[in-house]
Amino acid sequence: MLEQWRERIAQAGREGGVIQLRGGGSKAFYGQDAVGPVLDTRVHSGIVNYEPTELVITVRAGTPLKELEGALAQQRQILAFEPPHFGEATVGGCVSSGLCGPRRARAGSLRDFVLGAQLLDGNGKLLNFGGQVMKNVAGYDVSRLLAGSLGTLGIITEVSLKVLPAPEREQTQVLTLPQAEALTTMRHWAGLPLPVSATAWRGGELRVRLSGAATAVAAAAQQVGGSTLEASLAQNDWLQLREQQSSFFAQGELPLWRIAFPATAPLVAVDGLINDDNTLLEWNGTQRWLRTQMPAVKLREIAQQAGGHATLFRGGDKSQGVFTPLQAGLAVLHQNLKREFDPHGIFNPGRMYRDF
Amino acid sequence: MTFSNDASFEVSRGDTLTRLRAVLPRHCLITSEEMLRPYECDGLSVYRETPLAVALPETEVQAQAVLKVCHELGVPVVPRGAGTGLSGGALPHSQGVVLSLARMNAIVRIDKTAQVAVVQPGVRNLAISEAADPYGLYYAPDPSSQIACTIGGNVAENSGGVHCLKYGLTVHNVLRVRVLLMSGDIVELGSEAPDSPGFDLLALIMGSEGLLGVVTEVTVKLIPKPECAQLVMASFDSANAAGEAVAAIISAGIIPAGLEMMDKAITAAVEPFVKAGYDLDAAAILLAESDGTHDEVEAEIARMEEVLRNHGARALKISQSEQQRLLFWAGRKAAFPAIGRISPDYYCMDGTIPRKHLGEMLTAISDMETKYGLACANVFHAGDGNLHPLIMFDANVPGELERAEQFGAQILELSVSLGGSITGEHGIGAEKINQMCIQYSADELESFRAIKRAFDPAGLLNPGKAIPTLHRCAEYGAMHVHNGKVPFPELPRF
Repeated sequence: MLEQWRERIAQAGREGGVIQLRGGGSKAFYGQDAVGPVLDTRVHSGIVNYEPTELVITVRAGTPLKELEGALAQQRQILAFEPPHFGEATVGGCVSSGLCGPRRARAGSLRDFVLGAQLLDGNGKLLNFGGQVMKNVAGYDVSRLLAGSLGTLGIITEVSLKVLPAPEREQTQVLTLPQAEALTTMRHWAGLPLPVSATAWRGGELRVRLSGAATAVAAAAQQVGGSTLEASLAQNDWLQLREQQSSFFAQGELPLWRIAFPATAPLVAVDGLINDDNTLLEWNGTQRWLRTQMPAVKLREIAQQAGGHATLFRGGDKSQGVFTPLQAGLAVLHQNLKREFDPHGIFNPGRMYRDF
Repeated sequence: MTFSNDASFEVSRGDTLTRLRAVLPRHCLITSEEMLRPYECDGLSVYRETPLAVALPETEVQAQAVLKVCHELGVPVVPRGAGTGLSGGALPHSQGVVLSLARMNAIVRIDKTAQVAVVQPGVRNLAISEAADPYGLYYAPDPSSQIACTIGGNVAENSGGVHCLKYGLTVHNVLRVRVLLMSGDIVELGSEAPDSPGFDLLALIMGSEGLLGVVTEVTVKLIPKPECAQLVMASFDSANAAGEAVAAIISAGIIPAGLEMMDKAITAAVEPFVKAGYDLDAAAILLAESDGTHDEVEAEIARMEEVLRNHGARALKISQSEQQRLLFWAGRKAAFPAIGRISPDYYCMDGTIPRKHLGEMLTAISDMETKYGLACANVFHAGDGNLHPLIMFDANVPGELERAEQFGAQILELSVSLGGSITGEHGIGAEKINQMCIQYSADELESFRAIKRAFDPAGLLNPGKAIPTLHRCAEYGAMHVHNGKVPFPELPRF
């Protein structure tokens, strides 16, 4: 299979063509529009190696994310960054998009769990970076660079991910709190040694998920207060949040914006455009979802003033740029890296930024 | 021994010093031979080189000026923190300037609510946790040199420590860095938000050994200090059994805060000094630490105790006080100096292997002891498969150094063939540059060089380190074919 891909890369290089990398297409909505003939990675599928006691799984990029998570579940292990699927996701797409779910604030981001990757670069060279060990400081950390690169640096053919044991016990507490107080409360918890594994505020209700040893969860629930959400209901709620299936995400036509903020960013409200009704907070308030028509420039101004950035996640007018524009010095580094890895500009051109 | 740096430059010392004097205050530039001496090496003292000068900027503006001058004149620059690195990463270049960040050592800000510390690169690792202590917070990565090593150096090496299975390496605990490129341009990578637009260049610069940029400010994540910590010490009749017990702990769904192993040779060496009550008859001792809330620790310690007993632990002690916990750790922390006391020389390895091969590796090392006629004591970050075999030899006995080199070579070779790495936390630097040719293919090394070009097209930052040239690998490869085994010239002893 990789031979065929190599030939396509060589051909595209010769003829000035491009390749649109695609797994399950579940994140086709994300980023700038994809162009060019599709290379479907799903034909390169399967778990290469899974050693539960090593906390490492190595899979081919086209492997359904569901299959990977199923294999982990059999051993009571998880991908701790709780990646969203958004449909028939593949592992390659998951790593390329770099998206994380509710547990991210506690467990770390996707790239924190990438241990190794195999890449077909723009010259058709098959390259192995990192490995299947927790610690490896030989050479630059290219595998983590690939996380979230939206397929612009090459075809990720295989990845090794660190996995973790599933928590022994999970329990969700619900508190009724206005947004400002919810923000303060989440920050307060974050400063305590509490097993908080997810937080979400929406419509005056703060949900907090506690994960860990049964006794520790029980003790933390006491400290956090509120009422306990029934377990299966809670599980479903967090899943809906992760998959953006709840009414906040699923209903209405307004564009969905994602703002990533530092921990201390203030409450954001703008008359008629941003209010309690179109705001959903996650990750202790560092990830905020907005359904708003507010122009990109204004939103980015608000985000950047507080040290964050705004992404047009779904819908809306992509011509204003899906991602926050890069500062000049950074843009040069991006272009240099793109040129080195993909000298003919074959892979997913313009998917991240229009100029590479 | 010398390190043959194959990156050479046409440099005028006189011009360089004149230009540097124009941008730095007098006390920020060292040029006299006597004063340069302390900068001749880092923690790997076997390699020494005298630089043209050492620049000690006190501000980012001064550091930037040094880079601009060197960039313009084509003078190589070797960044340096505290100089505690163990792979010669801060070894000077004979035609270059050492850029010491040690004087940029201010803690800019500690934010209790945001749980971050913003610090200059010369701030010591431990100083961050000390400054955060009043807020009930700390900085998690704790390399053994944490009293002395700087955060800038930690970023360059992606330093670990004994708690990284649970709390991660430097890459997992740094949120943002300000970086001077060789051109003098400043970029900020990462942010205090959970992510940043574009490629994850922050991850890329972690562990890049000063080849991509010079860090001038670092924002680190602080985490709440655990309520308490407790340690289980278990002894085993064989290293294999200890290795299997490690796997069993992980299988049970436990991620201990620390999971360290010492073999018999280590406990024998350290016990007379620390008197921790180690089981001296045991072939291997495991130290497994739990931290968290009192409830969490109590539950986890009970489960670990059960798992260890069911997996061949012949004796088991649980720390009953903070004092006792630290005492149990004392031997592990004193391992290197203790070996230094019983052997004239030792050579420390830093390979990583998938944990499941721990037993196989230990058996192989034990066979190698016989084969090479040298003793080897082993300490392991067992949780993450990072081995530090300490090969003991006496450089004054003819042939021992060569045998130690071959011994080390065979361990590294085995690490790579078992699916591991030639370095888990000490870095490539000057020391293991040839072994990079074993771990990576020519194509992979070329893409590392491509990354270097993207950041430093002139190739002036820490040249000749970490990423070998094609030429070096070709020479090395030729030797490989000639001898029928992978050679390891220039192995250090420290």
